[in-house]
Amino acid sequence: MSDPVPIYILLMIGALMLANYRLSYGRASRLGLRGVGDVDIPQAQPRHYARLSAVVAGLTGLIIYFSGMTLRVEAPGVLFDLLWILILVAATGLASVFTISGTREGFAARAYTERMSESALMGLSLVAVVTTFGIVASLLFEATLFFRDVSILEFLFGTQWSPQTAIRAGQVGQSGAFGAIPVFAGTFLVTLIALAVAGPIGLLVAIYLSEYASRRTRAIVKPAIEVLAGIPTVVYGFFALISVGPAIRNLADMLGANVPTQSALAAGLVMGIMIIPLVSSLSDDVIRAVPQSVRDGSTALGATQSETLKGVVFRSALPGIIGAFLLAISRAIGETMIVVMAAGRAANLSANPFESVTTVTVQIVALLTGDQLFDSPRTLAAFALGLVLFVITLILNIVALSVVNRYRRRFE
Amino acid sequence: MTQASGTKFDEFGVSPEVVARMKKRRSAERRFRLYGRFAVIFSVCALAWLLISILTTGLSAFTQHWIIFDVETEIWSDADKSDRQKITLALGQRLGAAEGRESGSELLQIVSTSAARQQLTRSQEQGANLQEPLIISVPVSDLSDQYLKGFIDRDSPESERKISDQQIRWIERLREEGAIQKRFNRALFLNPDSRDPERAGLATSIFGSIMILLIASGLALPVGVGAAIYLDSFAPQTGWGGRLTQFLEVNINNLAAVPSIVFGLLGLAIFINFLGLPRSIPVVGGLVLALRMFPVIVIASRAALQAVPASLTDSALSLGASRMQAVFNHRVPLAAPGILTGSIIGMAQALGETAPLLMIGMVAFVTTAPASPMDPATALPVQIFLWSGSAEAAWAERTSAAIIILLIILMLINALAIILRERLQRARKL
Repeated sequence: MSDPVPIYILLMIGALMLANYRLSYGRASRLGLRGVGDVDIPQAQPRHYARLSAVVAGLTGLIIYFSGMTLRVEAPGVLFDLLWILILVAATGLASVFTISGTREGFAARAYTERMSESALMGLSLVAVVTTFGIVASLLFEATLFFRDVSILEFLFGTQWSPQTAIRAGQVGQSGAFGAIPVFAGTFLVTLIALAVAGPIGLLVAIYLSEYASRRTRAIVKPAIEVLAGIPTVVYGFFALISVGPAIRNLADMLGANVPTQSALAAGLVMGIMIIPLVSSLSDDVIRAVPQSVRDGSTALGATQSETLKGVVFRSALPGIIGAFLLAISRAIGETMIVVMAAGRAANLSANPFESVTTVTVQIVALLTGDQLFDSPRTLAAFALGLVLFVITLILNIVALSVVNRYRRRFE
Repeated sequence: MTQASGTKFDEFGVSPEVVARMKKRRSAERRFRLYGRFAVIFSVCALAWLLISILTTGLSAFTQHWIIFDVETEIWSDADKSDRQKITLALGQRLGAAEGRESGSELLQIVSTSAARQQLTRSQEQGANLQEPLIISVPVSDLSDQYLKGFIDRDSPESERKISDQQIRWIERLREEGAIQKRFNRALFLNPDSRDPERAGLATSIFGSIMILLIASGLALPVGVGAAIYLDSFAPQTGWGGRLTQFLEVNINNLAAVPSIVFGLLGLAIFINFLGLPRSIPVVGGLVLALRMFPVIVIASRAALQAVPASLTDSALSLGASRMQAVFNHRVPLAAPGILTGSIIGMAQALGETAPLLMIGMVAFVTTAPASPMDPATALPVQIFLWSGSAEAAWAERTSAAIIILLIILMLINALAIILRERLQRARKL
């Protein structure tokens, strides 16, 4: 960034905005403008005219600035810079003349600005749609390229996953095998273990903290569990790698079994720990949403506290709890770092939690973190897996969110 | 109510069946409470286990042993010898070791050879005084360091450890003679990444993380807060517009729950493959994390905005303010503490993100800090991931140390969020 030109241009745009502000302000106060004296249209002050003209000139300048910066990479040279600056000066000049001369009776600057700002705000919220569209489009596009080489059926139902493509032509196993069943099975196994840990424990933590714990216990335990949610996943991965994996292996050694350090159990267990706060905070919300009158009714009929919780509160909160579990599943399926570091990479088709398994996210990482040509089936396979991941988590999320929302409305 | 004859009633006239049932129900109650307590204890213990295991492996990485030895004039001014030979000779002289190839490489293994060579070259370039012996002061090698920290058992059989009996004798002798010092491991904070654990540091990755985070929050904050304000105060609630709003909201909620690796795939496909930006640069990392942060910030900001009573906006409107004025002068300032806290927590989350950065190729071995957002960079969590892949004990130690640093940074960020919220709330109330 030793090139000074872009910075001068930015300074120039800034100066122009200031000048425009002053000029419009001066003109508006000289003319004593008050916009349109209509009741429906808000009055305008000199500063509204001034802001409008500064912003219009500034935006014009910035748009040309950024498009110039992008094109400049392709076509460097003094000639391009000169042309670019010329266009910029002309356009911002025109914008300035236009807005300053627009500072006149009958033009409601404030109403105009506010309409513009509202559209701009709407534009910002459309970023969400654009992002979603971008995700769907890019995954679909790359996955389609992949499915030209490998049939969808083979991908979804094949049981052989060995995506190594040959470096030399004619090598054995050149095309690689892209049957993703072992990968899906591994994901399912790890998710199941994680949910088996996080589900009951998260739920019980939520119940205990909201119904039984003393205020002091709650004040200590609740933040501690929130800390679990704030720890980056790469830290959990390392924890699984250096502590949980070896601990499981040593335990198995004592029992005379042979378990590798990287196993589905280690990854699932640690992932479960990671998801506990998610389950407990979501269940806490839904349990709290059950009205007190429902509990009182049960207590009045002679039920003990745990009977009330199990028989009444839990039952009325069930849809919400299911929603929480679905979100937890979706989180576990999409979790990457823990499994990359602790589950191993071998694509075993096995239901044995003591073996090392591979998951969708591990394979995406494995396929994409090497120096490959972009269009090899190997890298494209990662996008096909990404598409599956996205679709599954999307369905889970939509179902979970609608279940939770419907449940909330029930008691409102 | 008639009871079968022969049943004994207690003093309150309750039948034994009821007493037994009550006993059962009460113990069920106790059991349930116990399960809850167990779950809480399990979670807290898991947290404690995690923190303790990271601390116990990582704390020792904050110190590093250094070795100080002389290189005599005749050795280091000898132009025929390579730097390695010079260091070997000097060490051999110091320890009175027998000459020979075997002991030479063993000698070299106890110091950080690359650091010693670098120092030798530097003093040659600077034209140091040839009349005086050169004093070399460098970190010891990772294995010697592990031994000096007591992680390698001297009594274990020689074949089971990577450090030989001879080397241990040398190190012990140097230690007794005061030639080995334990120092605070400044390299961990000041050095770039390195292939040698004793010289590896986090400076470049912390710098890269800051750059990525600045780009990401610079993009995601204004956009996210703007979108939240729109959805909160301006979005139509009825008719077709209302449906669009609802669609937007569902969209944002879903986006927040999309796995972060998918955002990495998006970045790879769009920014790198389609737009042709280079891999591993902070701009792409920042863009990807900005997209990741966006829904989080929108949701947090909306919650903060919704907590402001509608009566405030209504009274501003009734006094003749326009919708825009009512929102920006009255609603947004009151929600600002909440928006800020939510955004900072979103930033903390983004700081720990690893998977999306892996997708955009931030796994390169980078030893220079990026001079601009378009230069290859590395990030702190990625560095942790890369270091964790090395099997040597010295790397495990440093990985844990890097995690400790990351966790401390996250703690500080969260503390900042809490302090800012308290401050701003108090300022508003006055």
